[in-house]
Amino acid sequence: MENQGCSCAPINEEDLYPKIEEIINQHRGNQNALIMVLHKAQNLFGYLPGRVQEMVSLGLGVPLSEVYGVATFYAFFSMVPKGRHEIKVCLGTACYVRGGQKIVEYLEKGLGVRVGDTTKDRRFSLNEVRCVGACSLAPAVLVNDDVYAQVDPAKVDEILVKYE
Amino acid sequence: MKSWRAQVLVCAGAGCVSSGCRKIRDAIVAGVENHGLKQEVKVIETGCIGSCNLGPLVLINPEGVLYQKLTPEDARDIVAEHLAGGKLVERLLYKDPLTGRPVARLEEIDFFKYQQKIVLRNCGLIDPMNIEEYVAREGYQALHKVLTSMTPEKVVDEIIDSGLRGRGGAGFSTGLKWKFARQAQGALKYVVCNADEGDPGAFMDRSVLEGDPHSVIEAMAIAGYTIGSSQGYVYIRAEYPLAIERLEWAIRQARERKYLGRNIFGTGFDFDVEIRIGAGAFVCGEETALLTSIEGRRGEPRPRPPFPAVKGLFGFPTLINNVETYANIPAIILKGAQWFASFGTEKSKGTKVFALAGSVINTGLVEVPMGTTLRDLVFKIGGGIMDKKQFKAAQTGGPSGGCIPAEHLDIPIDYESLTRIGAIVGSGGLIITDENTCIVDFARFFMDFTQSESCGKCPPCRIGTKRILEILIRITQGRGREDDIDRLVELCNNIKDTALCGLGQTAPNPVLTTIKYFRDEYLEHINDKHCRAGVCRRLKKQAAVKIS
Ligand SMILES: Cc1cc2nc3c(=O)[nH]c(=O)nc-3n(C[C@H](O)[C@H](O)[C@H](O)COP(=O)(O)O)c2cc1C
Ligand code: FES
Repeated sequence: MENQGCSCAPINEEDLYPKIEEIINQHRGNQNALIMVLHKAQNLFGYLPGRVQEMVSLGLGVPLSEVYGVATFYAFFSMVPKGRHEIKVCLGTACYVRGGQKIVEYLEKGLGVRVGDTTKDRRFSLNEVRCVGACSLAPAVLVNDDVYAQVDPAKVDEILVKYE
Repeated sequence: MKSWRAQVLVCAGAGCVSSGCRKIRDAIVAGVENHGLKQEVKVIETGCIGSCNLGPLVLINPEGVLYQKLTPEDARDIVAEHLAGGKLVERLLYKDPLTGRPVARLEEIDFFKYQQKIVLRNCGLIDPMNIEEYVAREGYQALHKVLTSMTPEKVVDEIIDSGLRGRGGAGFSTGLKWKFARQAQGALKYVVCNADEGDPGAFMDRSVLEGDPHSVIEAMAIAGYTIGSSQGYVYIRAEYPLAIERLEWAIRQARERKYLGRNIFGTGFDFDVEIRIGAGAFVCGEETALLTSIEGRRGEPRPRPPFPAVKGLFGFPTLINNVETYANIPAIILKGAQWFASFGTEKSKGTKVFALAGSVINTGLVEVPMGTTLRDLVFKIGGGIMDKKQFKAAQTGGPSGGCIPAEHLDIPIDYESLTRIGAIVGSGGLIITDENTCIVDFARFFMDFTQSESCGKCPPCRIGTKRILEILIRITQGRGREDDIDRLVELCNNIKDTALCGLGQTAPNPVLTTIKYFRDEYLEHINDKHCRAGVCRRLKKQAAVKIS
């Protein structure tokens, strides 16, 4: 998949609309492409703004209610802008057994936000995920697309300074 | 291909990537160059070698020497001492935990010694980004054999005779499924690979796709020929960017070499594969939900029948199998059904790949013959429990599976045996817990998972899992009631019988098995307000009072 790296909030959202228009045009009228197009839109914007959903609805010929239905059904899609960096703490079984919950608590305290929220300075969003496939090196934490394994609270600060 | 004096395999499985294998590779490549060994030594990045807890690691062939837990400095030493100097670097070898003696050869390390690799035959041995290496290990020869010398019926018979059963969880006969899909009438047909791998604590399919993507592509083409389809889809979860990247690359290479596309091997058979990316919904691993998701809609399951083999993707007959199931196929075609059936038990043939994780010393990816005992997996291969703790339970099959207690450690792992004790083989996640895990909290954890992943279409699953979760939360907070256990069992049985899809039907398993095997712990929580693992915080205090 192209451009997986950054899900940060863009500086100027307006500039992105022509790009998404272009993507939608490639799939015009193809209802089956809905999830694929939403993936691309989210990669571009970091979330799915209402206006993008409307454009997708018109472009692919899918009712807006259905676009919204799909966007809310899948955990991967977000309706709110995220921070510049997204922290995802794995709470899959292996990570849970090896203390993933403690990392969540540590981060909630340290960042002063709850899971699902973004820090005031928009530097970090904090989320949980269910297994990233690094179970043998649990607990795992993702920052954007970087996987950190065998993390403990002490290691967390060291990791986060790398992300401005 | 050019022959090399030595090959350095740098594990670039997801685990080792996160432990920093890229720097090791760079250090070795630079070292090889500095020592003027470029013409003699080949450095390859492979898929998962298996022993993730030893990473970053390298394997040096043909000697088969494994070096573990490396830093870039270590890597430079390996080049200077081993590759240039011809001497083992003893300090970087694996040490036998019992004797403390270094073990040089991978084959002699317990973790590897008891394994039998069919699915993972190439994983950790070849460069997954280079189709030549797959081809050099009999790659695409099974497809050639099928296209040039076997009728579809013969392929079906071969797969049926092999006894292969679906590795995605349900364990249905793969050969029969192919037969039904072949017999189904349709203007179009599809071949789909389920690479959603939603069970938390499982990374087998991911490792196959990252380490040997062509084996799956080849098998899908064989399936296409057999059932009469020319289009395949791999549905893969978005959480696996590396697997997506390697698979995309592999598909492109296969097209270039004309193992995919039109008129494959000049036989007139056309087949191509496309990738569809999931979007984070556990239920989309369920086959009917998965197909709906490929169609771009909300991944809600629908009742079966009609089964996908009759009415599947876009309404056409569709064959859907799991990644690991497919990865077995080329080996079966080349070596024969009898060979495959010589592994495993009477009703469960072949091998199973497990993702061993949790509180065992050796974690990682293992493949063993069906029928291997749980004890061997945990103690021989897994090396026992970390920090000298006690084995408490093994959890198989993820949120749809069960907890196996110590009294059943000698159970052979096969479909029938595990079903008998209320657990399932499942997709292959195998999580080992020690006394630090509270069993009631563990059950709550799984119920929390299924409850939030329930798609909400059918009431038993939507409401029932919620009610179970509420009761479990109450118990872990010290507000359990006397009749809670009976109520849980009743709710569980109702959901099992009435839910629409496998998600709901199997959701009660973790609760039922923990009640069955760890009833005492439930009672302690409910009656004594005591959590022996010290996990349920609201109970901790009382527990301390009780002890003193
Ligand atoms: C809730 C649920 C989740 C599932 N998740 C997966 C999965 O992640 N991967 C998979 O291969 N099969 C999964 N399955 C099983 C599939 O429905 C289906 O049985 C399987 O893809 C068939 O392939 P097989 O015969 O090769 O096992 C799931 C089933 C259910 C009910
Ligand atoms: S459970 Fe955390 S990576 Fe698998």
